Amino acid sequence: MPSKIIEKELEAVIIRFAGDSGDGMQLTGDQFTDTSAMMGNDIATFPDFPAEIRAPQGTLPGVSSFQLQFSKHEVFTPGDAPDVLVAMNPAALRVNLNDLVKGGILVINTDSFTEENLKKANWNTNPLLNHSLKDYSLIQVPVSSLTKNALQTTHIKLTEVNRCKNFFALGLMFWIYGRTLDHTIKWINEKFGKKPEIAEANVMALKAGYNYGDITETLQARYLVKKADIQPGVYRKITGNEATALGIVAAARLTGKQIFFGSYPITPASDILHQLSKHKNFNVKTFQAEDEIAACGAALGASFGGNIGITSTSGPGVCLKSEMINLAVMVELPLVIINVQRGGPSTGMPTKTEQSDLLQAMFGRNGDSPVAIVAASTPANCFDTVIEAIRIAVKYMTPVFFMSDGYLANGSEPWRLPKISELPQIKIEHPKKGEGPFLPYARNEQTLARPWAVLGTPGLEHRIGGLEKADQTGAVSYDPANHHRMTQLRQEKIRRIAGDIPPAEVFGEKKGKVLVLGWGGTFGAIHAAVAECQHEGKPVSACHLNYLNPFPQNLGEILKNFSIILVPELNMGNLIFMIRSQFSAGADPSFGGAEIHAVGYNKVSGQPFKIREIKEKIAGLL
Amino acid sequence: MTVLPTNPAPLPYTKDDFVSGAEVRWCPGCGNYSILSVMQRTLAQFTTPKEKHIFISGIGCSSRFPYYMNTYGFHTIHGRAPSIATGLKCTRPELTVWVITGDGDSLSIGGNHLIHTMRRNVDLNIVLINNEIYGLTKGQYSPTSNKGKVTKSSPDGSIDYPINPLCIAIAAEATFIARTVDTDPRHMGQVLARAAEHKGVSFVEIYQNCVIFNKDTHVPITGRENREDRALYLEDGKPLIFGKNKDKAIVLDGFKTKIVELAAVRDQSNLLIHRENEPSPNYAYLLTQMEYPAMPVPFGVFRCIEKPTYDEMLNDQVRMSIEKKGKGDLEKILYTDDVWTVQAQGKKS
Repeated sequence: MPSKIIEKELEAVIIRFAGDSGDGMQLTGDQFTDTSAMMGNDIATFPDFPAEIRAPQGTLPGVSSFQLQFSKHEVFTPGDAPDVLVAMNPAALRVNLNDLVKGGILVINTDSFTEENLKKANWNTNPLLNHSLKDYSLIQVPVSSLTKNALQTTHIKLTEVNRCKNFFALGLMFWIYGRTLDHTIKWINEKFGKKPEIAEANVMALKAGYNYGDITETLQARYLVKKADIQPGVYRKITGNEATALGIVAAARLTGKQIFFGSYPITPASDILHQLSKHKNFNVKTFQAEDEIAACGAALGASFGGNIGITSTSGPGVCLKSEMINLAVMVELPLVIINVQRGGPSTGMPTKTEQSDLLQAMFGRNGDSPVAIVAASTPANCFDTVIEAIRIAVKYMTPVFFMSDGYLANGSEPWRLPKISELPQIKIEHPKKGEGPFLPYARNEQTLARPWAVLGTPGLEHRIGGLEKADQTGAVSYDPANHHRMTQLRQEKIRRIAGDIPPAEVFGEKKGKVLVLGWGGTFGAIHAAVAECQHEGKPVSACHLNYLNPFPQNLGEILKNFSIILVPELNMGNLIFMIRSQFSAGADPSFGGAEIHAVGYNKVSGQPFKIREIKEKIAGLL
Repeated sequence: MTVLPTNPAPLPYTKDDFVSGAEVRWCPGCGNYSILSVMQRTLAQFTTPKEKHIFISGIGCSSRFPYYMNTYGFHTIHGRAPSIATGLKCTRPELTVWVITGDGDSLSIGGNHLIHTMRRNVDLNIVLINNEIYGLTKGQYSPTSNKGKVTKSSPDGSIDYPINPLCIAIAAEATFIARTVDTDPRHMGQVLARAAEHKGVSFVEIYQNCVIFNKDTHVPITGRENREDRALYLEDGKPLIFGKNKDKAIVLDGFKTKIVELAAVRDQSNLLIHRENEPSPNYAYLLTQMEYPAMPVPFGVFRCIEKPTYDEMLNDQVRMSIEKKGKGDLEKILYTDDVWTVQAQGKKS
């Protein structure tokens, strides 16, 4: 190693890998993340890619990126602005340069800065030649040609050689940040096991990139980020969609029930279906239906049969499933609807994140049709939250929405694995033939749930359906008083769930000027922003909701103790609408007549909140 | 699939065991009464326990059917019954699942589910009650109404070309396809029993009379005085012969069917012989093209072939997955090779 190379220790680094959507940036980012996680850093990731599988090469819409933060401290988001940008082509530089911090490291694949590529990316002149990048620590590397040179001895096609360049870039980054290669080499060999010559070429490119850092004198510094000071335990890296799938697998075991997962492919939810379809030996059956409606219908059919029906989708799919969900409300069968939210309305922005479907989950059906709603707050939290959705669905005989979003679904973080023995056992009881006729709409006094008769049980034959039911007998009824009573019962059943969920927690002082109230995937940014404010001595607390309907019983008490409730949401005001309608003197006399002062902070750009944005908003309220 | 008793032991059920006791609320004279009664009688011929029969319906007059059967039943939403039945059958393959639907329910709003359920060959018994009209919404034309049909929503005559339910079934390659009529209980009972016995999707179209909004629509074909000349009862392995005096037969004329006088046929081998198990769907398709008034309309089993069912294949995959990987181990799936351990002693204060 040349002697002049200096080594610096850093607290945290934010890297963004950016390139053409065919350049393998997601994979590169993933590998860097895996290695960093296994080396003990805390991590958070944000993959950001276009909906097109292969947008025209070299163009701005075709840019795909992957940002990660790795740190020696606990991190809650992938970071606001990258310290390091790896730009594999001019388009990637154009799209991402503005985000890079001044003085940040900019790694450029110079080979791709051809006249044609520059033109496609709207660069009139080559930015590498006109000093326009002087504010950054520029590392120019001819990645494509170096990869080609390194792979001279292989016998693979030139197009395949070119595809190895992301591993060269990864190798170089591994050198700069002192990462080990073994995990990625192992991964390559497993991934390309059937094509050993490709595996070999990728490993060669990876090593060549690493050695390039080691032997050339282009690079003056290496950086070290020590192991994170995080809770002891066994960890693994997990995305939200993976955690959701694993939660479902775990629930099959915890309930002792067969789980039937009906789905129709839709971005960004499809990975849950992909994952589960591999786990048939876990008592989970997957069904790719002809459409969203059938996916939901089949799940409900499974629940009718005495098993657990789950369907997954994104907002547009929920629109289609609404009628079926309403049927589940009426027949009071368990059903879990997973909504991995994305930018809307309509087709919207399929690969971009948003949380604008909360009111759809709450109200998007005809009639008075209450359902339970839970939302995950981090990728790993999807595991516990989906199990919770299933627990509520089977205990209260109701549809439950499980809300995730594109940011949680594809983003990853280290997950401290639970001990199997610590997972909640979910007990399910089914009625047997007793004295007298079976009453399908008799209710459990405590939960108000109706009995869940397993089809095939002799003596319990009964009929259910979407027509209003007579209390107790479940016969079709148009009786006015009965309809009123049944509507109240359905509402009251959902309300009672509030007594069966953990209270909301306040992060920080229980009384103060500003409470930042969030839900779902904005947890990381809100938590980090509030933590920084508290560190600066500001009177700010946070409360993050996993239960949206019903709310935790203590929420009103919490809200009363703050002068201002700031509600940041990636929508135009879903939660704040619910808060204002439930916690006002008029809506809830028990609230004591005090009005809460709720202020929305709404962002609908398809991008998650930055910590800085929330901090600025808080500062404006103090 | 349901199994007929093989020994002469007394049957466990009578028709009354399948009567739910709910007040039947179809219009007096509705064809559904006869279908309900035949269904109840047919199920009593089987040893399958009553609690293993499940009736699932959509929306429409016919979809009230499950309320009147003393079995488990689910009156679902418009057009979606096949999807609910699919999820049920996949998870509870031991149950006998019936789907009761109408022409609007299954061919209009629910067309998609019908097609896909049939192509997957889910082991369900689908009974499509076809009265060529929307009854419950009080008399609009349906997808099976004839062109020119004057209804409340088509005062100048419908300009929709009708859909032929059995063509759809054949296009989706349903493995059991049959047609019967509400006014012929004996035939209907035979067809329903065959449908119940069939393993795989069974699709039965029942011509039904809506006395209020489409009275006697099928009478030109199925009326007592017409049916011998205008209906053709299919019998497996036998030539297609019809007519009051059994004097007319069907032969192939290029890609079409043609009526001939039986007496004029010199070479009997030219007669079209009915083969339910013909693997190619082309023959059954030809039968569906025999429409009134040009041709006699076939009744009976058009097609009955064997093919692995969706639910069976799904459960096979589950079994094979368990054989190959062992019963799922939660510990192993959570604690993969990629885990790392953070030690307490490495922790700073």
